[in-house]
Amino acid sequence: MTNDKQLGLAGTVAGLGLAIGGLAFGAFLSQRRKGGDDDAPFYTRKSPDSDNAVLGRTVTIRKPRAELYAFWRDFGNLPRFMENVETIRKEGDHRVWLIKAPAGQTVEIKTEVCEDVEGKRIAWRSVEGSDIETRGSVEFADAPGDRGTRVSLVMSYNPPAGNLGRTIAKLFQREPEVQARHDLKRFKGLMETGEIATSAHRKENTRAAKQQEKET
Amino acid sequence: MRALTWHGTHDVRVDTVDDPEIINSRDAIIEVTSTAICGSDLHLYDGVIPGVLPGDVLGHEFMGRVVETGSDSTLKKGQRVVVPFTISCGGCFHCQIQQFSACENSNPAEKQDMSAKLYGHSMAALFGYSHMTGGYSGGQAEYVRVPYSDVGPIVVPDHLDDDKVLFLSDILPTGWMAAENAEIQPDDTVAVWGCGPVGLFAIQSAIVMGASKVIAIDHYPNRLALAKQLGAEVIDFRKTNVREALMEMSGGIGVDAVIDAVGMESHGFAVDNLVDVVKQKVGMGADRASALKQAILAVRPGGRVSIPGVYGGMTDKFPLGALMEKGLHIRSGQTHVQRYTKDLLEKIEDGTLDTTFLISHRLPLEDAARGYECFRTEQDSWTKVVLKPGMDTPATN
Repeated sequence: MTNDKQLGLAGTVAGLGLAIGGLAFGAFLSQRRKGGDDDAPFYTRKSPDSDNAVLGRTVTIRKPRAELYAFWRDFGNLPRFMENVETIRKEGDHRVWLIKAPAGQTVEIKTEVCEDVEGKRIAWRSVEGSDIETRGSVEFADAPGDRGTRVSLVMSYNPPAGNLGRTIAKLFQREPEVQARHDLKRFKGLMETGEIATSAHRKENTRAAKQQEKET
Repeated sequence: MRALTWHGTHDVRVDTVDDPEIINSRDAIIEVTSTAICGSDLHLYDGVIPGVLPGDVLGHEFMGRVVETGSDSTLKKGQRVVVPFTISCGGCFHCQIQQFSACENSNPAEKQDMSAKLYGHSMAALFGYSHMTGGYSGGQAEYVRVPYSDVGPIVVPDHLDDDKVLFLSDILPTGWMAAENAEIQPDDTVAVWGCGPVGLFAIQSAIVMGASKVIAIDHYPNRLALAKQLGAEVIDFRKTNVREALMEMSGGIGVDAVIDAVGMESHGFAVDNLVDVVKQKVGMGADRASALKQAILAVRPGGRVSIPGVYGGMTDKFPLGALMEKGLHIRSGQTHVQRYTKDLLEKIEDGTLDTTFLISHRLPLEDAARGYECFRTEQDSWTKVVLKPGMDTPATN
């Protein structure tokens, strides 16, 4: 592999690292962390027994389960609250995510839905050809009383192989988790209030507007 | 537009900044007619609140006229409204159970991390009070963008002057909630530490709620006089042994409920030199949580402790043993303003509550910087400053 090629891959992988944050929803994890036999979600364990970066987060949204499921199942809606995701378009049975990457670049990830339980759960994974393997799932469960729905997002990704991959993975390890947490909060806000909260004073100062600006 | 902006410690200026505009469909734009400087604004002025950036517009007590509405706002152009300092969406779990100051959505997602780390949970957004609480532009300005305008602002009738209703934005509901948190019973003796605006309104509220005796503790003569005027008995803590006096004045039992309206906002940010700065600025004694510690020792066993005073972090030498052994109830929190505005407006209209006595100074917005300086240095006589954007600036300035 030439140096140039390596740098190119670095850019792409770095982009994907960020991008996955942007995906901000996560996945169902086939590899459970070992150890711990309590009732806590596996992603809250102190000693992960997996090389995969895993993140999980739950929010309670005061809306009916069916409504939230339907909104998420229409993947085209997701860029409304996922900051780094520009568009998600349909391509046969697959969805192609166009994701913002550093230095004005974009990255595409092709995913397939691998599990779909009406009103309860959606899981997806990247298909062949991706530099980073990723899986994500979102689960919808009734909250007690009239509290609405508990929405749990879990995602994992395999950092790319080799020293380069490890460096990049390390560099971006925190970022996807932060991004996912913020995106999930935005999803909650959008569902509960009909809008994305912003403290901007004018339209050109919102985060969305600033991101647009960066690209052009 | 003109607006009071923060530039650094003891450096606030009235600058020309961009006018706000409608961004989300539930927004409204308010043209400010009256806005006050809050005691908690002094902590921003003293530079002890993290997350304030140069150019930020301050102010969280304001009212005015609606000049623009988003498509989902329930307000109408021309209406006069008072705006709560807490920004609440109305749709989340906490808003639904009327705990508006714990709104989960108003603080933008990317700004929630700081308070989530400090407190375990993120805070709701507030107007003009650092980026930790959202970074929203404040009310010491000619215009303000008000999000969720269908939930927060309360429409006030034209026959009630600004001076009568402005304090519905913060300090009146804050004083009221403080008294409510003290769970006052008719035969109670209640002690209130601090006769600033919130303390005075807590005294007034406690009396309205039927306390048989309210005792006010401070050392500024003018503030003690205001408390007395409201019907409280007063203690000057510089001249009197407070705990002994309270025992005597409650017949040797101890007061039934205590209200700490002193607080100490900058406290917990764990930077000692910042805390030291504040120590000098706060009017109540040198020991940072001294009022609260004294209150916990003074209250009778089984009594109630209400804390409207603002704290930011940690304190040491806290009398936890007294709290447990005496079986005290303790309640606190940022005010759930939207819960109280309607009832309190009625009480203002029917004359039960009058808040105008508090206002010592009315200044044009252009004089806001002087207002901050005097409010800080002359606490006895400058009890409350109201800024009026529409008021003429004296030619002598």
